[in-house]
Amino acid sequence: MRALCWHGREDVRVEKVPDPKILNPHDAIVRITTTAICGSNLHLYGGFVPGMEKGDILGHEFMGEVVEIGSAVKNLKKGDRVVVPFTISCGQCFFCQKKLWALCDNTNPNPHESEMETGYPSSGLYGYSHTNGGYAGGQAEYVRVPFADVGPLKIPDGIPDDQVIFLSDIFPTGYQAAENCNIQPGDTVAVWGCGPVGQFAIKSAFLLGAERVLAIDDVPERLEMARQSGAQTITANGHTFEDIKEATGGMGPDSCIDAVGLEAHGSTADAKMDKAKASVKLTTDRPHVLRQAIHACRKGGTVSVPGVYMGALDKFPFGTAFGKGLNIRMGQTHVQNYMRPLLKRIEDGDIDPSFVITHRLNLNDAPEGYRAFRDKHDKCIKVVLKP
Amino acid sequence: MKTRLVERSYSRGRATTVQPSLKSGEGSKIEKAITINRSPEEIYSFWRQLENLPRFMQHVQSVTQTGEGISHWVVKTSHDRTLEWDARLIEDKPGQMLSWQSLEDADVDNAGSVWFTPATGGRGTVVKVSMKYSPPGGKFGTMLSKLFGDSAEKEMSEDLFHLKSLLETGEAPTTEGQPQGSNK
Repeated sequence: MRALCWHGREDVRVEKVPDPKILNPHDAIVRITTTAICGSNLHLYGGFVPGMEKGDILGHEFMGEVVEIGSAVKNLKKGDRVVVPFTISCGQCFFCQKKLWALCDNTNPNPHESEMETGYPSSGLYGYSHTNGGYAGGQAEYVRVPFADVGPLKIPDGIPDDQVIFLSDIFPTGYQAAENCNIQPGDTVAVWGCGPVGQFAIKSAFLLGAERVLAIDDVPERLEMARQSGAQTITANGHTFEDIKEATGGMGPDSCIDAVGLEAHGSTADAKMDKAKASVKLTTDRPHVLRQAIHACRKGGTVSVPGVYMGALDKFPFGTAFGKGLNIRMGQTHVQNYMRPLLKRIEDGDIDPSFVITHRLNLNDAPEGYRAFRDKHDKCIKVVLKP
Repeated sequence: MKTRLVERSYSRGRATTVQPSLKSGEGSKIEKAITINRSPEEIYSFWRQLENLPRFMQHVQSVTQTGEGISHWVVKTSHDRTLEWDARLIEDKPGQMLSWQSLEDADVDNAGSVWFTPATGGRGTVVKVSMKYSPPGGKFGTMLSKLFGDSAEKEMSEDLFHLKSLLETGEAPTTEGQPQGSNK
C-alpha cells in the first residue's frame, strides 16, 4: 500500500510499504477513505518531538471501512464504516473505566520510555512518537486498529466523510477544551490560535453557552473564519494583553484556551527568547501563548490547554497562576467520551465540521499538504487527504 | 555459584517480610510493583502455570515443569544465544505468593519472589516482584550484561506491564510486524 512516512525534519515521503496485518485478537484492519493532517503532525514535521524513527507512518485522523477483524472483535464487522479516535484505549484498565481514555495503561508496547520521562506509562497513539508506542498511522491506504471494539465509532451511511472525519481528533479536542472551561451563562472565552482546533474550540464554546468568544491570531483568513463562527477577533501583536483587557472591560476573560501549544510564535521579548533558546536546543517548548493566557485570564478563571506541550517549560509564570487562583486544565483528548454526542450534534445540524477544510488532496500529494499547512500557504487551514 | 535462602519465616504474619536471596552481599537485586485490575487468585493462578511466563516475559523462551516443583527455563539473549537452568519452587502460597531459586550449576544464578496483595479501594491486586541474580562476570559475562545488565530494570518493568495488559485485556500490546517505510 501507499503510506506517508516520516524521514526527519521537514522530510515526509509517500512510499510503498507492506499492508498492515492483524497482530492481536482485538485488532481490525480499516481501509482508509479519508484522512487528514493535524497541527500536531507539524510538531513531528518540524522535528520537535523526540522518539521518531525513519520510516514511521504518520497520521492519527482517519476513517474508513472495516475490511478484516481479529478473532476477539465483537462490535465490528467487515463493511462497517468507522471513524477511529486518535487515542488507543483498552477499555479495561483503571483509567479507561474512569473514562480517561487518553491515559490508558495497556496500549503502549514501549511503556518503560514514557515511564522514565513522566513517572508512568503513556497510552498508545497512532502515527506519533515511539514514546507513545510507535503505532503506524493512518495517512495510508490501510491501517491496523488495535482494541477495535473500544475506539471506532460506526457512522451511518448518508453523512459524507468530510462531516465526520474530525470526530477522530480536532472536533472532540476543541470541544473538550471548551468543556474544561466550565462555561457559565454570560461567560467570555478567549481562544489563542485559530487553527483547526481553535476553530472547533470557538464553535464548541458557543455550543456550551458562552456569551462571547474572543479569537486571537495573526493570520487574516483564520481570523475571518473565526468571525464567521461568531467570535470577536483580536489580532495578535505587541499589545494583545491590553486589547483583551479592554475588550473585557478590564476584568479579563472567564476562560482562556491555548490552542497553539509548544510552537508559539510571537513578537514579545519572551517569545524571542524562547525562539533563540529552542534554536540551540536549550529548550524544547516555546510557551509564549500559555504565559499570555495565564496573564490575561481573569482572577479565579480557567486556563484550558488543548495545545500540545512536550518538555519542561521555561519561565512558566506559576506565581501569577497561583496569585490569581486559576484553574488549569489540560491533556490529550479523551476522544471516546465525545464521539457519540458530537455525531448527534452533526446529525441534528448544530454544526457542520467540514467548514474548516480548505484543501482536499490525494494522499500522493501529502508532502505538499504538509508544506502548505506549515507555511499557511494559499490560505491553508485544514488539509484532508484521499488515498 | 550457589544460591541459598537467607530468611525462612514464611509461616507467620504477612508474606512480604521474607524472601529468598543469593548469599548476602552477592548479586544484584531488582524490585518492582504493579497494580493489576484482577483478583489475587486469578493472577496467582496465571503465574503458577509457569508455562504462561513466556507470554509476558520477553526474553523467556520457555518454562517447562519437569517435576514436582522443578522447572526448566530457557532464556534468549539479545544475541540470539540461549541460557538455560533449572529452578525449584521453594514457597507456594495459593493466591498470595510464590518463591523460586535456581538449582546449582545454573547459567544464571537467580532467586526471586512474587507477592499478590489486594490493592486498596478494590482496585485489583498489587503484584510485587523481587529478584536477585548473580552479577555479570565469568564466562557468561558478556551475554549476561546484554540480558540483565543495565536493562534488567527495564525488562522487568516492561514484562510486568505486559502481564497487566494480558490479564486486563487478553492481549499484550505490540507493533511487531506492522508496516514501516524505508529507514534510509
